[in-house]
Amino acid sequence: MSDSLDTYLILSGILFAIGSFGFLARRNAISMLMSIELMLNAVNLAIVAFGLFGRYPDATAQGAVFALMVMTVAAAEATVGLAIVIAIYRNKKTPLVDEYDSMRQ
Amino acid sequence: MLAKLPQIIFALLVMGAVLGIAVVMLIALGQDWEDALLWILAAVMIGSGLLVVTMRDIIRCGLAMIVCFSALAGIYVLMGVPLLGAAQVIVYIGAISVLILFAIMLTQTKDAPTRLVFQTQAGPAAVAAVVVAIVIALAVSATDWGEVARNARLGTALMSRILFQQFIFPFEIVSVMLLAAVIGGVFLAKREPGGPS
Repeated sequence: MSDSLDTYLILSGILFAIGSFGFLARRNAISMLMSIELMLNAVNLAIVAFGLFGRYPDATAQGAVFALMVMTVAAAEATVGLAIVIAIYRNKKTPLVDEYDSMRQ
Repeated sequence: MLAKLPQIIFALLVMGAVLGIAVVMLIALGQDWEDALLWILAAVMIGSGLLVVTMRDIIRCGLAMIVCFSALAGIYVLMGVPLLGAAQVIVYIGAISVLILFAIMLTQTKDAPTRLVFQTQAGPAAVAAVVVAIVIALAVSATDWGEVARNARLGTALMSRILFQQFIFPFEIVSVMLLAAVIGGVFLAKREPGGPS
């Protein structure tokens, strides 16, 4: 089971689907950010799995380095996203995204 | 303590079920330790991921997210990329989860857990997520990957050589981007003098 690429990719697909459900369904802005983190982790797992089963030389190392870059971008995304959520919370006094409707006509 | 007893029993039952399936896989089906460990970690990861998106109390969602990331770090170690597992623990569990927990504590109102958790579009979203998972699983299992074999375990020396020789330019770009994100985060979250408190 751990010797087949399909296992890791299906696992990654399930985690990505869970994250996309959370992003679409939750009302809290921070829950949506947590769901985005889940999706990024799923993509990372797929990248590492593809590198692990790659045929060219150093494929594993390149996949791992790529996943490390994705982790850094995820850290930056979490910083800016949470700063935006806190800035909006300071104005609107609610973390629920469906009450952020001041630009609606 | 007594009021928590059903939840504790339920959690113990779930852990027992996962361990039991692993033991059955090891003994009855004759698979090796690596498969059993992968099964346990995958079950923990998917289960806590489901808890992250469905639980009512958002603090518990954050704690379940830490469990999910830990299981993924274990999967990385099992895949033979231990440095990435360490980076997962340091970056995700140590930094991002703590940041998210702080943001939850800053924005949580008293009535938040008792109110509706999901949007009205939660039903279609669940259908869409299940369809996405099924399509990915079908596409993966229908694809012929050719003669793929699992590579050897990745040592830290090789990975650092690749990172600091072949990928040195993306490394620098990413570090500059991280600096920009930190400055941007401080700027966005800063309270303006005279603005809303």
